[in-house]
Amino acid sequence: MKEILSLSNVTVDYNRNGNIVRAVAGVDLTLKSGEILGLVGESGCGKSTLGKAIVGILQPSQGEVVFDGQTVKKLTRGQRPNHFRNLQMIFQDPYGSLNPRRKIGIQIADGLLVAGVPKDKALARAEELLEKVGLPRAAVFRFPHQFSGGQRQRISIARALAASPTVIIADEPISALDTSSQAQVANLLVSLVEEFNMGMIFVSHDLSIVRRISDRVAVMYLGKIVEVGTVDQIWNNPSHPYTKALISAIPHADGTSFMPKDLPGDVPNPLNPPNGCRFHPRCPLKKSECEDNEPKLVKLSDDRSVACILQKAGTPPNPILIN
Amino acid sequence: MDLLTVKDLTVTLATGSGDAQAVRNLSFTVGLGEILGIAGESGSGKTMTALSLLGLLPYKGRATGSINFNGREILTSTKREYRDLRGREIAMIFQDPMTSLHPMLTIEVQLTEHLIHHRKVSKEAARRSALELLSIVKIPDPAAALTAHPTQFSGGMRQRIAIAIALACEPKLLIADEPTTALDVTVQAGILKLLHQLRKDKNLSVMVITHDLGVLSSLTDRIMIMYAGSEVESGPTSDILQRSHHPYTKGLIAALPGKVKAASKNLTSIEGMPPELGNFPSGCAFHPRCSFTIDACKKELPKKVEINGEHRIFCPVNPFSKSGKGIE
Repeated sequence: MKEILSLSNVTVDYNRNGNIVRAVAGVDLTLKSGEILGLVGESGCGKSTLGKAIVGILQPSQGEVVFDGQTVKKLTRGQRPNHFRNLQMIFQDPYGSLNPRRKIGIQIADGLLVAGVPKDKALARAEELLEKVGLPRAAVFRFPHQFSGGQRQRISIARALAASPTVIIADEPISALDTSSQAQVANLLVSLVEEFNMGMIFVSHDLSIVRRISDRVAVMYLGKIVEVGTVDQIWNNPSHPYTKALISAIPHADGTSFMPKDLPGDVPNPLNPPNGCRFHPRCPLKKSECEDNEPKLVKLSDDRSVACILQKAGTPPNPILIN
Repeated sequence: MDLLTVKDLTVTLATGSGDAQAVRNLSFTVGLGEILGIAGESGSGKTMTALSLLGLLPYKGRATGSINFNGREILTSTKREYRDLRGREIAMIFQDPMTSLHPMLTIEVQLTEHLIHHRKVSKEAARRSALELLSIVKIPDPAAALTAHPTQFSGGMRQRIAIAIALACEPKLLIADEPTTALDVTVQAGILKLLHQLRKDKNLSVMVITHDLGVLSSLTDRIMIMYAGSEVESGPTSDILQRSHHPYTKGLIAALPGKVKAASKNLTSIEGMPPELGNFPSGCAFHPRCSFTIDACKKELPKKVEINGEHRIFCPVNPFSKSGKGIE
């Protein structure tokens, strides 16, 4: 599998009344074709901001996003280089991301029209795409309000597919949907990734869905990646205390009255992040050096990466023991 | 003794195209100190059931049947009687603590309001109770929290404050409508722990409404599963999650993504969508999506089938009929 997307030291700052809020603080990440990378973390950790920076909705203040050999630049009013048409995004809220006053067909065809495809051909392609995502062809003549949330999210997916993307950034694509539609839309995304050999970054706070559909998982905390590994590594043998805490907090729906463990405290304010390791104020395994030294993301011998002083580069992961 | 006994509750709502029944012939009980979970997809009538207990149905909404709370019938209450009941005997917390708290008022005002109204206590006494409530729900530095506004707290802390407000008048029953859906798992676990603690310390009865079976598994004693306004299955939590009998419950459990890491990435899902209000199918409302449908399902209302003890299902296909093994 070839590497299609790579991020190096991506940093995103928001300016809030003159204060600089560093929402993403230096992220290194890669994505291969045909791979689904789950991006998880608590709300406020910067996962959505990172997603927006990858497609160029936000401009990183440092670092760069390289897509298929070229650096992604911020979206402007002018035309975007054709190269980046293959990098698409799906948003969380299918009610807000579709224009309520325009017909579905023309909204899907927009991207093709910009690329110079004649209108009749673009609309015909829109019909095909609707069929692909499991909606009737006649939907091109309807408006968004005539569809349910799950159907609207399918329309958003069809719109993203119109550009024949090689990478899709899906920002919480199923969390606004009903239980019944969640599984159906997730299944659709998985089958599309397989069919078109796309790469997908699946941003979600629903850890159980991420576990099921992802190949690799990146865990984010306060703007930084703390651990990246395969689903099996993250779930069964986490090597960062935060990953461990996150996994232990998931309730088990098995009727055994298993009590999930909470992680006391809140994600700190990114305006004023803690010194040293950003997780140390909440970490049950904190040592004194964690307060001053910020751990670097290092690769362990089992090919995962983790940023914690308990782990040493090139060695097998030390088990994280929290009672 | 049961604290709450609901019999044949039917809730009728006025929609654009005439009246529609959102809850149909629902009967259930909540025991003293018991945590009952109500599960179902949106539109299954779980929230309307809760609102009818509080007399908070939407405009032109009507409830019929019987709701016996703590030994008296409350469905026939007047507006005034409901006002005395709400907050004092039955309290409710909502999904989104950002919209259920008033953004412009301090925590103190919101926390002491119904103490002063219901209990007629002085401002100082109410303030002392408020400080105690905030420490019960584990808000750090309660004194500082009293003068703060909701926006100064995170989602989890806001939900703790909402719980403190609900507990202010020591209600006997707490209704929690999707109390953790808007929260992160790490914070959710803390709220679940808190609700458990409250039940233990105060013998509080809790009715939790959620679609998250994981939350129900760790929190509840019993679960009732609803579909299209009716009960389809209910029983002790372990029976429902480990030995469910109704095809809908089985479908919900099979659709849990986290259960086992299967070789395929595909999630199991129940085909089709839940019916819309006012457009419920005839007979058993689940029949168009069920893989065991027989002719009777389309015509007859499902009959109650006792499995064992408190475990029961509503299904026209008697699962114990021929094979005796139930629906597999």
